[in-house]
Amino acid sequence: MRVSIFITCYNDTLFPQTGRAMVHVLERLGHHVEFPAGQTCCGQMHYNTGYQTDALTMLPRFVEQFRGAEAVVVPSTSCVTMMRDHYPSMAQRLEASGKYPGIVAEVNALLPVVFEFSEFLTKRLGLTDVGAYFPHRVTYHASCHGLRGLGLGDGPESLLRAVKGIDLVTLPDIERCCGFGGTFAVKNAEVSSAMLAEKVQGVLSTGAEVCAACDNSCLMHIEGALHRQRTGVHTMHLAEILASEPEPNIAAEVRSGDVVAGDSEAVVWV
Amino acid sequence: MGLSTDGQALDPRTAPEFQTAARSVLNDAQLRKNVRHATTVIQNKRAKVVGELPDWQELREAGGALREHTMKFLDAYLEQFEANCTRAGGVVHWARDAAEAREIVVRLAKESIGDAPSEVIKIKSMTTEEIGLNAALQEAGITPYETDLAELIIQLGKDQPSHIVVPALHKNRAQIREIFQREMHLPHLGETPQDLADAARSFLREKFLRVPTAVSGANFLVAETGGVCIVESEGNGRMCLTLPRTLITIAGIDKVVPRFADLEVLLQVLPRSATGERMNPYNSIWTGVHPGDGPEQFHVVLMDNGRTDVLADEHGRETLHCIRCGACQNACPVYRQTGGHAYGSVYAGPIGAILTPQLQKMEHAESLPYASSLCGACYEVCPVKINIPEVLVHLRSRVVERKTAGLRVLTNAEALAMKTAGSLFRSERRFRAAQRLARMGQGVLARKDGSGEKWISWLPGLLGGWTQVRDLHALPDETFRQWWEEREKSKKHAGGAA
Amino acid sequence: MSANARTAVLERVRAAKGGAAELAKAASAWGLLPRAYHRDGDLQRTAMLERFIDRLHDYDAHVEFCDDAGLAGAIARALYACGAKRVLVPVGLDVGCPEELERVEDAALRVSELDRVDAVVTRCTVAIAETGTLVLQTVPGQGRRAATLVPDIHVCIVRERDVVMTVPEAFNRLALTTTLPTTFVSGPSATADIEMTRIKGVHGPRTLYVVLEAEAG
Ligand code: SF4
Repeated sequence: MRVSIFITCYNDTLFPQTGRAMVHVLERLGHHVEFPAGQTCCGQMHYNTGYQTDALTMLPRFVEQFRGAEAVVVPSTSCVTMMRDHYPSMAQRLEASGKYPGIVAEVNALLPVVFEFSEFLTKRLGLTDVGAYFPHRVTYHASCHGLRGLGLGDGPESLLRAVKGIDLVTLPDIERCCGFGGTFAVKNAEVSSAMLAEKVQGVLSTGAEVCAACDNSCLMHIEGALHRQRTGVHTMHLAEILASEPEPNIAAEVRSGDVVAGDSEAVVWV
Repeated sequence: MGLSTDGQALDPRTAPEFQTAARSVLNDAQLRKNVRHATTVIQNKRAKVVGELPDWQELREAGGALREHTMKFLDAYLEQFEANCTRAGGVVHWARDAAEAREIVVRLAKESIGDAPSEVIKIKSMTTEEIGLNAALQEAGITPYETDLAELIIQLGKDQPSHIVVPALHKNRAQIREIFQREMHLPHLGETPQDLADAARSFLREKFLRVPTAVSGANFLVAETGGVCIVESEGNGRMCLTLPRTLITIAGIDKVVPRFADLEVLLQVLPRSATGERMNPYNSIWTGVHPGDGPEQFHVVLMDNGRTDVLADEHGRETLHCIRCGACQNACPVYRQTGGHAYGSVYAGPIGAILTPQLQKMEHAESLPYASSLCGACYEVCPVKINIPEVLVHLRSRVVERKTAGLRVLTNAEALAMKTAGSLFRSERRFRAAQRLARMGQGVLARKDGSGEKWISWLPGLLGGWTQVRDLHALPDETFRQWWEEREKSKKHAGGAA
Repeated sequence: MSANARTAVLERVRAAKGGAAELAKAASAWGLLPRAYHRDGDLQRTAMLERFIDRLHDYDAHVEFCDDAGLAGAIARALYACGAKRVLVPVGLDVGCPEELERVEDAALRVSELDRVDAVVTRCTVAIAETGTLVLQTVPGQGRRAATLVPDIHVCIVRERDVVMTVPEAFNRLALTTTLPTTFVSGPSATADIEMTRIKGVHGPRTLYVVLEAEAG
């Protein structure tokens, strides 16, 4: 399949390794990956902070960049939620302005092929095992937009469970917000920290080495505290775990499925 | 001791911004423990009884549609309610705002009291809290007795409600006992919740049997019959509705429902959402005056107080669908940390964050639409499907509109930053340039940690909130798009060489 | 003043919605509202009664069944069990209470007099199994609202055929008596205002007995 990546502004700038991992997994699965060069941002930060007119101006660019895509894959639950929840009404406003004739139809045609990364694997491709190997204790943070915005359900965790060597532990209160919330983390920094404190407690209680998620914005926030407190616990986007593979000399063993977790190191593909 | 309301009414016009109020509450360990405990318990109870109903989503759907329908035909239903209530012997009054509502209730109460001692008994009602009725009654020389246990705790403790269903959830049993010991003169009062409830029973019983005037709110007004419905647990409501000679009910105009049969939906979703019960102990429904049963005089005050402003905002009006179940408060991770007082209004939590700024002039509550991480937990539990995050975002845009009108944008750091970012995202070239600049600019801020990775532990200005408790990974040397382009180039190169 | 307020509020409502609403249009729109929730219960009679009893117990209500001693016997057992001595009976109640107990007819008693009886015995209009709810109305045999409120013990007779499964079924049964004073009672009065601990019994009757009356024959 021809897969177009919408990397999103913050992943492009702050988390290029996630994009690289995503490309790696998709190509390993035999898909042809494209990256429309003129893409920038989905408009979420502006929209959710109250600058909706500014957000509006970003939609035409998105449509132009991804027109005719077979599938658009995005490594961010919150950006996809933004697009699904607000692009239709934003397109209507643009169309009504008279400057963008036909944009409603274009957005309606485009949205059904836009997928969050894990959703693309589980729902569009129907996969759970993508051939990854990651012999570590991992806990998964569901992220509000993944859980409630996109209704990902068990999808991401089903992908993780299929990873060879992984020791997956459920995060307590998995449905509770970590306190990021975009500009909320800055505008209400103190309440955001209080929420984060509870989330970090949860992560630490699992004894995981890695806290994974389908959204680097939550992870940046959680990682910020895990690092500040020198917990030694890392965060990784789900794509990075799915991109991990055994070293070539033991790859055969792993493929035959008899490697015990912790026996050997995985190559984290980034 | 954290934030004490000290008997000061929660008034958005004078309350500090949410951020400021929250800051002091966050240091109140006791309060935070009480709020965490209470909201966790109700949430779990709710989840259990909601899970029992296979048709829960259909009920929510029906509830939401019903409320939307009611608002669409609100004027017709209000008139119908008025006509039917009047026919059944009730007297209907209208109030444009809080002052008018207070004035009507005080006048009616005085008329009813006559030469008797100046007292009224009251059922818990957020509407009367909204308009500061108790203070008005006291000013007029009338003593109001709150009869709901939680409201009694609040009243005797000179405190303010922090939740719309369980107003005293921020107090634990030891704190309540202290209040009762002091105010009821019971030095030897026991400390179990049962002891405390028994004390409230004997304190109030004499008042129920004696005071001939009651003031209540309402959960629903039935247009079809002119009936009023009140939902409660303790029986204090029934006492106030049944025993006095005069009953004065005050209700927002949003409380109307079209037909009696509509209660079959609302009385299923409300109790399960509010207290996690399949049905709360008592629902009372009465229509006007019934000879030989209940009050001889029955008044209803229909109050606007900003509700028509909410109705006029196409994107905000679903706020009026609210049936005050409090489920959004219990589910809210922000409320969980701060409790209710930080919202500076009797309506706290997610519903407060959308209702208060709309009932008030926006400038009095501009921080409230931002008191949310937009996690969507409130929308998920709302029994009438109010899309609270959506309304919050809409209200944020109204705040921004006000703040950036004309040249004001130039004096507002946030607005300037957002406008600049907006222009970056409109051009890939400018966006790339900004990525480069940011990488250069972080130079002085980024420091290597033990593993040799670069982290930022301090940021200036608006972003300083981030680094108070969190580090920030330094920007990587290469953006994704740079990596992609390099890769494409080398691919082409390799392809060309082959 | 008030007439002005009335006009002003209604005008504001109309302005906010962009026009006046008509009741006739409201009625037809009401008919089209989505109502995909369950109207009727899906349990057999016995299972439904079991559900009812289970819900009542869950709310700390007591349940008595009629045996050979019949309805009167069951009522007597309930009254003895809670130690009632003076028993209030509403006008029109068709069953007696035990000879040994003092029977007080509710002939417009004053509240202070109501406060001096121990228990009240009534029937009910309909009961809801799913929620463990009794629906009382101001009709003969059920009395006025104060009569089931002030006494500390309430014994309520429920005919099995008056038990329905769902809340909508109950509302169907109430369709012709919508303007009577109506009280839904689900268990004894309760509060969870203190640390979310459910405490049985605050101002309403602290003890609730349900006497299930089997179908004749
Ligand atoms: S907004 Fe919804 S959940 Fe919140 S109190 Fe109102 S009805 Fe309940």
